[in-house]
Amino acid sequence: MSGQSLFPRLEPLLPRVRKPVQYVGGEGNSTVKPWEPASVRWCLLYPDAYEVGLPNQGLQILYEVLNEQPDVVAERTYAVLPDLEALLREHDIPQFTVDAHRPVGDFDILGVSFATELGYTNLLTVLDLAGIPLRAADRSDEHPLVIAGGHAAFNPEPVADFLDAAVLGDGEQAALDITDVVRAFRAAGSPGGRQELLARLARRRLVYVPAFFDVRYGDDGAIAAVTPNRDDIPARPAKHTLTDLDSWPYPKAPLVPFAETVHERMSVEIFRGCTRGCRFCQAGMITRPVRERSIDTIGAMVEAGLAASGFSEVGLLSLSSADHSEIGELATQLADRYEGTKTSLSLPSTRVDAFNVTLANEFSRNGRRSGLTFAPEGGSERLRKVINKMVSEEDLIRTVSAAYAQGWRQVKLYFMCGLPTETDEDVLGIARLAREVIRAGRAASGQRDIRCTVSIGGFVPKPHTSFQWAGQAPWQVVDQRLQLLRDTVRADREVARAVGFRYHDGRPSIVEGLLARGDRRVGRVIERVWREGGRFDGWSEHFSYERWERAAAAELEPLGVSLDWYTTRDRAEREVLPWDHLDAGLDRDWLWSDWQDALRESDLDDCRWTPCYDCGVCPTMGTQIEIGPTHRKLLPLAPVPSLPEKQPLPEKQVPTSAASAS
Amino acid sequence: MPPRRPDGPPTPPPVARVRLRFAKRGRLRFLSQLDIARTFERGLRRARIPMAYSAGFTPHPKVSWVGGAAPTGAASEAEYVELGLAADVDPEALRAALDAALPPGLDLLACVPAEGSIADRIDGSHWRIRLPGVTETELSRAVAALLARDSVEVERKTKNGPRPVDVRAAVICAVCRAELPDCAILDVVVRHTTPAVRPDDVLTALGVVAVPPLTFPVPPEPTRLEQGLIRADGTLADPLIPNDSDTGRSAGRLPA
Repeated sequence: MSGQSLFPRLEPLLPRVRKPVQYVGGEGNSTVKPWEPASVRWCLLYPDAYEVGLPNQGLQILYEVLNEQPDVVAERTYAVLPDLEALLREHDIPQFTVDAHRPVGDFDILGVSFATELGYTNLLTVLDLAGIPLRAADRSDEHPLVIAGGHAAFNPEPVADFLDAAVLGDGEQAALDITDVVRAFRAAGSPGGRQELLARLARRRLVYVPAFFDVRYGDDGAIAAVTPNRDDIPARPAKHTLTDLDSWPYPKAPLVPFAETVHERMSVEIFRGCTRGCRFCQAGMITRPVRERSIDTIGAMVEAGLAASGFSEVGLLSLSSADHSEIGELATQLADRYEGTKTSLSLPSTRVDAFNVTLANEFSRNGRRSGLTFAPEGGSERLRKVINKMVSEEDLIRTVSAAYAQGWRQVKLYFMCGLPTETDEDVLGIARLAREVIRAGRAASGQRDIRCTVSIGGFVPKPHTSFQWAGQAPWQVVDQRLQLLRDTVRADREVARAVGFRYHDGRPSIVEGLLARGDRRVGRVIERVWREGGRFDGWSEHFSYERWERAAAAELEPLGVSLDWYTTRDRAEREVLPWDHLDAGLDRDWLWSDWQDALRESDLDDCRWTPCYDCGVCPTMGTQIEIGPTHRKLLPLAPVPSLPEKQPLPEKQVPTSAASAS
Repeated sequence: MPPRRPDGPPTPPPVARVRLRFAKRGRLRFLSQLDIARTFERGLRRARIPMAYSAGFTPHPKVSWVGGAAPTGAASEAEYVELGLAADVDPEALRAALDAALPPGLDLLACVPAEGSIADRIDGSHWRIRLPGVTETELSRAVAALLARDSVEVERKTKNGPRPVDVRAAVICAVCRAELPDCAILDVVVRHTTPAVRPDDVLTALGVVAVPPLTFPVPPEPTRLEQGLIRADGTLADPLIPNDSDTGRSAGRLPA
């Protein structure tokens, strides 16, 4: 296994592809380490296009955490676009890393980050181009271990046949622990080969190994049981939870791409986890409990990241950033610190709360002011109770009025369509809200020229949430409701031109639903779609619903199940769900009762400010809520640059000097 | 809090302007002009260059790109950019600081105070194109055929659809030599026209005028060596040196 650069063979192909810059590597803060002395080599894959994958925080964190280990090499690879895929096949060049252009198949571990299920077909392209057998069962000791992580890995069953293992939860410590096991196993001469290595990882409770579990199906098509087929591993692999985020300030030096990417800014994660309890939100359920970074760690990360990257915008990331216990102090103190530097700060997710407008004003004080975004998610108060997103119409109007009054011209509102119990009436509530928002905004700003953009996403029930039992709305229903809503907004002459309307058709959500709640039988559908050309399923220009529908019919119906069976069907309380043997810490009975509360339109408070409601996570995982306030203050930045090559430029004493042209 | 308006107090005009020559080398030749602009903006911030900014809700540092950028995939030793500064700083110190903050492959070659209009000092480019898999004999025959014609039009894809460009009219001079028995080198000076004649267009023209047609088995490797005012002898004056076009031949002249 050589790790030889493929660049000399790749380079002549690059003039022939679209956006060749995405394949050349060499981004700011990227790392190339020598191959030979390393004892463990990771290739990190984000299975989507470079422009989507590069900003991904999970991958950037692991890249840096692993490369800090002296004897570890970590490089990155992304899905190549179809034009380069065809050329790689024609010239027999394998999947390569962007850092040193090494063959992916030469690495010890291929770590795959699944933020969404729509990357599954791209995983197969990467495996195939890398020369790694698609099915884990066909791999030998020469092939990398293929290990998945990310939110979608909480139900890896649809891709179980293609994975050697999956890591549930936070990856920082887990990746280091896996490295330790692999290093020791190698040092001992790899006794027992691949199977023994996987067994060691499973015994150490680091990973879930699908091949160590057998799935039996009942006559009704549902799963009868999932049982371990060896007795030396835990029967319920569990998620990893990182604690004390202040001691893990990654990424320290964000990657700075040459190419345009989906997020042209650096990000600092200000806390992990969320206990707002929105019932549709998988991220909120599987990342509990809330663990904050302190104000001074955040300040230090912003400072170090800006100095190392040169970005002019910093996103303060989390699932609900305005909920940080010191968000007001953070906003003011960071804005003070960067006064006059043309550096802007942003909160990517804001709740509907007038306080957030104040925050947004602070955050945009030194830089650009784009639109303000709020996410009421449901169009009616009733539906917002069902999903536990407690925003009153009054709150919303007060909040947007404040925003328009303070000079914001554009407000974006996010909603979902296809939520459980939803009716046409609920969706038409969105049109009514938009009208009220525009009226209030015109009154508050004294101007007619204001805009409100309504963005609507299709709801997909996800594993480990209160809605995991819910039947997904058929795409025809979603499309018909969106059509109705659009017609209603357009017909309202008073506001039609002030309201922008963004939505997608409902069919991709059905495929996402199949992949999200599928079991191992769905793997055949994925493979067939891929063999028939399926790639980049998150991209409307590549996605083909008909291809998925055909493949699902061909592969599932002989087994007595169907696309509808996996998506639009309500599940009974005692049905064995494909991910029940994977432990996210959530008590199944609590989830079920929360689902029943949803149907009763009964809401639930956040456990940060009210007593524990026994979701089960903290006692099961041995974790606790980690929040401030710390009451610490950010000091003004020292005027001296921190890096030696960034000495302040000497002010000239003499009017002009001679030209220094070489 | 008072509403913020985009038309608030005007930003102060730049205190000084400098003019930079930079190279785009190696794998960074695959950067597009937008990629270069993005990388420069971030480099300017990392190097803490005291930039002047535009006014408005989205203030931008004052960076002006000079002339037509080398196409994506083409290397260059002679790209030009001007910076508007908020403080008067030593050009060489600025060059060194910014060069250190930019990735290897985007290399700053020179920095001078901006005087006069640089656009008036550039009307042509000197390209050197490596042609692996093409012999000098084949290339010479094609070049002779091109130079013998009065006009050779090729189709260029533009945003507004295909557009004919007269390559022959733009070519001031073209010289061939052999780097290796199976690798020819073409040095060509083209006048800047609208749309610009790019190395690709020159090669397309050479391909069609040659008998038999010239093909390029391996992607050719173009590098822009110079930009400047075309002198009577076909050499280019250095746009960073005032009145250089009056001073005879420049250092980077065409091989005889």
